Parts: sequence; C-alpha cells; structure tokens
Amino acid sequence: MKGRIIEEKIFTLLMAFSSLAIFASLILLIGSVIFKGAPALDLAMVTEAPSGGFYLGKKGGVLNAILGSFFLAGGAVFISLVLSIPIVMYINHYSSKGSLLNTATRFSIDVLSGVPSIIFGVFGFSIMIILGIKASLLGGMITVAMLVLPVMCRAVDEVARLVPEELPESVHALGATRYDVIKVSLRQILPGILTAIMISFGRAIGDAASVLFTAGFTDEMPLSLLQPAATLPLSIFFQINSPVAEVQNRAYASALILTAVILSISLSVRIIASKMKKKVVK
Amino acid sequence: MPHVKVNKFNLYFGNDHILKDIDVSIPDKQITVIIGPSGCGKTTLLKSFNRLIDLQDNVKTDGRILIDGEDVFSRNADLCSIRKKMGLLLQKPYPLPMSIYDNVAYGPRIHGLKKGGDLDGLVEHYLKEASLWDEVKGRLHAPAGNLSLGQQQRLCLARGLAVEPEIILADEPTSALDPLSTARIEKTFIKLKKSYTIIAVTHILRQAKRIADYVIFMYYGRVIEHGPASKVLENPEKDVTKEYVNGVIS
Ligand SMILES: Nc1ncnc2c1ncn2[C@@H]1O[C@H](COP(=O)(O)OP(=O)(O)OP(=O)(O)O)[C@@H](O)[C@H]1O
Ligand SMILES: [Mg+2]
Repeated sequence: MKGRIIEEKIFTLLMAFSSLAIFASLILLIGSVIFKGAPALDLAMVTEAPSGGFYLGKKGGVLNAILGSFFLAGGAVFISLVLSIPIVMYINHYSSKGSLLNTATRFSIDVLSGVPSIIFGVFGFSIMIILGIKASLLGGMITVAMLVLPVMCRAVDEVARLVPEELPESVHALGATRYDVIKVSLRQILPGILTAIMISFGRAIGDAASVLFTAGFTDEMPLSLLQPAATLPLSIFFQINSPVAEVQNRAYASALILTAVILSISLSVRIIASKMKKKVVK
Repeated sequence: MPHVKVNKFNLYFGNDHILKDIDVSIPDKQITVIIGPSGCGKTTLLKSFNRLIDLQDNVKTDGRILIDGEDVFSRNADLCSIRKKMGLLLQKPYPLPMSIYDNVAYGPRIHGLKKGGDLDGLVEHYLKEASLWDEVKGRLHAPAGNLSLGQQQRLCLARGLAVEPEIILADEPTSALDPLSTARIEKTFIKLKKSYTIIAVTHILRQAKRIADYVIFMYYGRVIEHGPASKVLENPEKDVTKEYVNGVIS
C-alpha cells in the first residue's frame, strides 16, 4: 500500500515537472530570441530592404523578406483554401462514408501532412523545371500551397465532421439541393475555417525548406510573381551564416520578427476558437 | 383518396430487412401517431415518406409509397418537390446557424418564392402558425441558437411550414422538451390538423392518447395493427398490441 502511494507521488511530480518544462522552454525560446534580437532591431529593419547585400551588408532591413513571406504565405493559403473546401465538402457530403475514394482521400491527407517540407521543395522544384519556371514568388506559392493543403484539409475536415446529421437532414427536408446543404454547413463551420486559415498561414510563413529552391532569394522587394522573392526563414538562414557579427545579429532580429508574427497568429487562433465555442449551434 | 398510401413497402439496410411488407393508408387532415417499441422501424418509416432515408448508406427498397398518387420511390421522382410537400420535425430541434427570421425565410428563399416586403409577412404568418410569434417578435434577427429548446422546436415547425407542405412529419418531436413545451407543441398540432396531415412518432402512450386520431402500431418492422385511435389504444385486436398498450412490453 505504502509503495503505491509513493509511486503515485513520484509520477505526479514527474508529470508536473514535464508540464513545467514545456512552458519553460517556450519562455526560454522567446526570451533568448528577444535577448539576442532586440538590440539589432531598429525601425530600418522593418521599413527598408537590405543594402550592401544580405550576406555582408549591415545596412537597411528585411522588409523585402517580411513582404515576401506575407505574400507567399497569403497566396499559398488562398490556393490551398480554394482546393480544400471542395475536397472536404465532397468527402463529407457527397461520397458515401465507406467508399474507396473517401478512404483514399483521407489517407492521402494523413500521409501528406507527415511528409517533410524539403520533399515538397524538391517536388516543387522538379515540376518547375518541367514547366520551365525559374525560382520565383509564384513557384514558392505553389510549392507552399502543396505543403499546407493537407494541413488545411485536416483542420477543415475536423470541424466539418462535427456537423451533426441533423443539419443535412433539416436542410434536405425543406426540399433543398446538396449545394444548399453545403452552403449552410460552410456557414456553420465558418469559425473553424478561419482557424484553419490561421494555422495554415502560420505553417506557411515559417517554412524554409520548401522555399529554398522554389522562391529563391533576393535583396529586391517582391514586386512580381515571376521574380525570386525573399522570405523571413531564409533571410535568417543566410544572415546567420555571414562572417560579419553585425549581420549575424540581424539574423536574430529577423528571428524575433518571425516569432512575433507566429505568436500573434497562435493568439488569434485561440481567440477565434474560444469565440467559436459560443457560436456553434448545439 | 388519402394522399399518403404505403403499398407493400420493404426496406433493407444492407442485408438487414428493416421494414417488412408495410401496407397502410394515412387519413387526411388528421393526426396519425406511429407507436411501437424502440428499434421497430418508426423513424425509418417516417424518413421513407420524404426519402430522407436516402442519406443513409446501402439502403434498398421495394414496394411503393404514394403521395398524391405519385410513387416517391419511382426512378424519376423529383426529390426536392417531394420533400417540399412535407415538413419535418426531428427528435432534437436543429435551428440553422442563422437568425430566427432567416430560419423561417430559408425555405421560401431557396425555392425563390417571395422577396423583400412579402417575406416579412410570410415569416410573421408562419411564426404565428407555430405559436412562436409572440415570444420572438422583438428579436427576429437574434441567432436562433439562443432560443430555448421548446422554442427551437416551434421555430423548426415554422421553418417547415414556410415551404407550404401538405404533410407534417414529426419524429418524437417532444422527447427533448419539458412538459410545458410539450403541451404547446401538442396544442399546436391539434390546431394545425385543420390544414395539414400530421404523422408523428412517439414513445409515450399518454401522448398518443392525447393527440392521436389514427394509430399505427409497429413491431419488429411490421405494422401489426392500425385504425382509429380509440380502437387501437382502448380495444386492440392483436395480442401484441394489447401487451404494448398495457405496458407489458415496451
Ligand atoms: N443507418 C442504418 N444502418 C443500419 N441499420 C440501421 C440504420 N438506421 C437504423 N438501423 C436499424 O433499423 C432498425 C430500425 O431503426 P429505427 O431508428 O427506425 O427504429 P425506431 O423505431 O425509430 O427506434 P427508436 O424508438 O429507438 O427511435 C433498428 O434495428 C436499427 O438498428
Ligand atoms: Mg426513432
């Protein structure tokens, strides 16, 4: 008896310690990014493009990478949203639950969401070679869209599956078409779709490996879909490899900017999710 | 000629024979109540009338269900117009994720009936028919999900009536409701039977006694007995029916 009580106490302590450890690593991570990045962060970092080259230049900022990342992630999320809504609506409202297509689709979504992003990068790159497109904002967008498509599908599917049977029954009973049913379902899961968009955006903006060969890198502002575009993760990667200490510090400042973006996205997701709980019809 | 007639109707889920040789006519402009133990196929029969059963996988049927002389299971039946003839109340009321007003206006809108000013009149009319108007007239544009369960069920009734059906189907419409809301639904049904044919499933024998004009007793997928309420409930012919109405089986 006594042994079991001690055992329980030890495990409770261990569990409490691990929970604390994850929180501590978050604080440590953010803390070190701020500690290293804040000194190098000035107004120019977020309002100017680099001058003197991103590798050796100590002047200017990373506005080109900030804009590039936002454009790229925005475009990728848009493409994957446009694709994922029909996919999810099809498997939830058209194909029957046990059908081959339905199973195959859900299986593909699961597998694709586990594929490392560098593989998507290589895949996107080889497609671009076949199509004769060089590294560009558009190439990056398409590749990152493939990367986040399974993430988006999963997140939308998760809420679409929660829509109770009574919704299609009620709408069909009024003599509606399946298309009407889909419109009402989309309305019901709108908060979930917003959450899915935010999650996908966070995934898209933080990924370096998929854009390495497909979007390229440049000091120029991203003004054309067909020109290479800088992104925040790659600007961190290139700056930290510089032999110049000031440039290395600029890498930490860029990391701070990226962390702030991701953090505000996670916070918005939380806010949307809690609002959603109140809105969903039981 | 009654407008709902079931003719040697059989239904299978995969290999399970669920409804067996159902043969019954539903009297017009009366309340028909379907009773029977759990799992005997009441919901399945009710959802066959408007072919909502099609939403389930692996359904096979034979025989006919005639609505106004037209077989709803015939190959070229127009599902939308069949369903439009029947309002449906589910066990658990399900307001659509929109305002009270939009819930009632939803049917007229998808069927392109009326727009603008007329719609206001329609919404008011059907909310009154469903005995809900007085409680919601001040907050028509509030989300429907905020209503109490009893009010939600009457809203679903108004929504169904707004597509101008001839028949109201109801699957244990009061089982999620408190006694007061139950009484309001029952009163509304009795008021509505002047203009509609009502088919309701219930578990509660006392409810059947309160509202039924005509009773269908089902047991293991078969209609065992059907006839005027007084006869089936007070003086049934078959032994199983007797046992059920006396509470020996349930
Ligand atoms: N989608 C389905 N697939 C397979 N079998 C089903 C399905 N739906 C219902 N059944 C079966 O059909 C039979 C009749 O079910 P139904 O829901 O019509 O009964 P019920 O009389 O309405 O019961 P209750 O009073 O519990 O609501 C049950 O045996 C049930 O298990
Ligand atoms: Mg039932």
